[in-house]
Amino acid sequence: MSIQNPLKLRPRAEDRPGQRAGAALPNKMTARGVTVFYGAKQALKGIDLDIQENRVLALIGPSGCGKSTFLRCLNRMNDTIEGCRVEGRIALDGEDVYGKAVDAVQLRARVGMVFQKPNPFPKSIYDNVSYGPRIHGLASGRDELDEVVQTSLKRAGLWGEVKDRLREPGTSLSGGQQQRLCIARAIAVSPEVILMDEPCSALDPIATAHIEELIDELRANYTIVIVTHNMQQAARVSQRTAFFHLGEMVECDDTEDIFTNPRDERTQGYITGRYG
Amino acid sequence: MQLTLLALILALLTLIGFMIGRSRAAASVGGRVAELHSVPSYHGVYVALWAGLPALLLFVAWTASEGWLAMQLVLSALPERLTTGDGQSVALLKADILNLAHGISTGRNSDPLVVEAARRYAGFRDLAGWSLLAVGASLAVAGLAWGRHRIGPDLRARPAVERVVRVALVVCSLVAILTTVGIVLSLLFEALRFFSVVSPLDFLFGTHWSPQMAMRADQVGSSGSFGAIPLFAGTLLITVIAMAVAVPVGLMAAIYMSEYAGRGVRTWLKPALEILAGIPTVVYGFFAALTMAPFVRSVGEGLGLDVSSESALAAGIVMGVMIIPFVSSLSDDVINAVPQSLRDGSYGLGATKSETIRQVVLPAALPGIVAAVMLAVSRAIGETMIVTMASGLTANLTANPLQAVTTVTTQIATLLVGDQEFDSPKTLSAFGLGLVLFLVTLCLNMVALRVVRTYREKYD
Repeated sequence: MSIQNPLKLRPRAEDRPGQRAGAALPNKMTARGVTVFYGAKQALKGIDLDIQENRVLALIGPSGCGKSTFLRCLNRMNDTIEGCRVEGRIALDGEDVYGKAVDAVQLRARVGMVFQKPNPFPKSIYDNVSYGPRIHGLASGRDELDEVVQTSLKRAGLWGEVKDRLREPGTSLSGGQQQRLCIARAIAVSPEVILMDEPCSALDPIATAHIEELIDELRANYTIVIVTHNMQQAARVSQRTAFFHLGEMVECDDTEDIFTNPRDERTQGYITGRYG
Repeated sequence: MQLTLLALILALLTLIGFMIGRSRAAASVGGRVAELHSVPSYHGVYVALWAGLPALLLFVAWTASEGWLAMQLVLSALPERLTTGDGQSVALLKADILNLAHGISTGRNSDPLVVEAARRYAGFRDLAGWSLLAVGASLAVAGLAWGRHRIGPDLRARPAVERVVRVALVVCSLVAILTTVGIVLSLLFEALRFFSVVSPLDFLFGTHWSPQMAMRADQVGSSGSFGAIPLFAGTLLITVIAMAVAVPVGLMAAIYMSEYAGRGVRTWLKPALEILAGIPTVVYGFFAALTMAPFVRSVGEGLGLDVSSESALAAGIVMGVMIIPFVSSLSDDVINAVPQSLRDGSYGLGATKSETIRQVVLPAALPGIVAAVMLAVSRAIGETMIVTMASGLTANLTANPLQAVTTVTTQIATLLVGDQEFDSPKTLSAFGLGLVLFLVTLCLNMVALRVVRTYREKYD
């Protein structure tokens, strides 16, 4: 498996001429008939969903609708949960991620994840970011590692705040800084897709604004899937939105269309605040 | 006899007090319990406390002072020629009086004055018993009446009861602390007696340990030598061997149990490991002496090494096995306490299970693991039986694990076994060793606590 140079930037989708948001972009990941059981309980019922490259896809829906479960299927984080069974097909660049030839560990290096609660390791800020590159052998030598750490922290918008205190423990940062540290940590591995599971739900409004700005910038280089309970957030950061309800994917469309002109009345009910 | 009767009466009155208090509280508001400040059962406890507590306090004070008072009364009536003299003759006189009063013969013809005194002493005690019964019972009845009288809708029974409960809790925790202080003090005073005979420097830095003392002036060969270095070295050697066995094995077992084992395996593996902790150390002792030591010797001889039949290695290995469950069980708990979110974070970056364990889980659990190891070290240092049985009593100063060594605790046990004279440095040296042992384990525990506090990460 080849891992790309973290510094190599790809052109931003919107910058390409003649493309409207939502127009046919290549699919980075595709899900077909994804069904998940936790023991005997069915959590997802045959989800079909396309995830377009260099776009932010927001998954919205009431609690327990299966959006986090779906997210965790994309990089096989559900493997670590006892009694969890996944059926259907999920492909990354056309290759089945649940196929026999795919190693979940390598998959997760390509499909990174940021969690609901900031979870920095009990290590220094530097070691938190360099953890991924180290275990994957992405940097040869100290200088290169320093550079990856610096680039990642810069991209996560944290460099200015921590550049003088890289040796301090990651847990000494504020909540919002910790979450940006976790994003930097994920970026450092140069993933192709970043999954975010309610990344702002534990943060205050200012930290949230920071992260949202960051997500918008990251989209130039990464494909992003974000689970959120906050519909304004979905509207602000995403280009496409999928609405989940009771384990089903009700509809998926350009974010603008979902919020202005939903086709399903369940979607309409949720976004207008009738339930959820 | 009177005491049993009083205890019965008190128990009965307390019970009655509870019933009365509860029903009277309800009756005072005509059954509308919500109008009471406190619920009826608090009123019940309130009256019961008034009935029982003052009488109980009297009882405690009385039993603590009664014997002494009676003795003073009797002694003051005796002629001065008997009660003056050195401390020993007075103590003897008191002992005679006590024995005669309890109908035990002193084995010699006693002074009729003393016999008379003993009779009066017994009489006093009997009288005191009955008057305690009378006073205690009336105090209880009076308390009950007073408590009952206080009951009404506005009585703040709950705060009063809770105050008493809080005092009781404080007393209980004081008991534990005072006991510790008492133990330390007794250790300290005996050790000081020892150090007044043997210089602390000779004791701490001497390299020859041979506590046999000459009992008679003309006895030869036993001069008594109290250099404790061989004991400290032996303790250190055996502890190091034990930890070399227990820490890796225990830690690996803990990692397997918490990270790799399925729920089914874990449910029987963990209790099975903990059974090891339930085996009496004396059983480990004969396992070490009868199985491990000969095994070590035959292996050593096979390799052409000179192994003594009682070796530090055998004792250390068996002690290590004994300690495995401490390390594994405590480490397992702290590893389990590492939040799943940290593991998820590591997996989410594409780390493998072993990378996650080595680089994220173990560092996060380190303070707890250090505490577990420190506890295990304390345990190893304090362990007596295995060494006594498997490694012997020879105070060799050696770093060779194939030779017999002895430890501090083993020596303490041997020094105090059987009849001992308490004015001999041989016996007293046990307290010197005990004091050193106490200080060392205290320091270890304090260091462990400090480490844990410094490196603890807060997870919520």
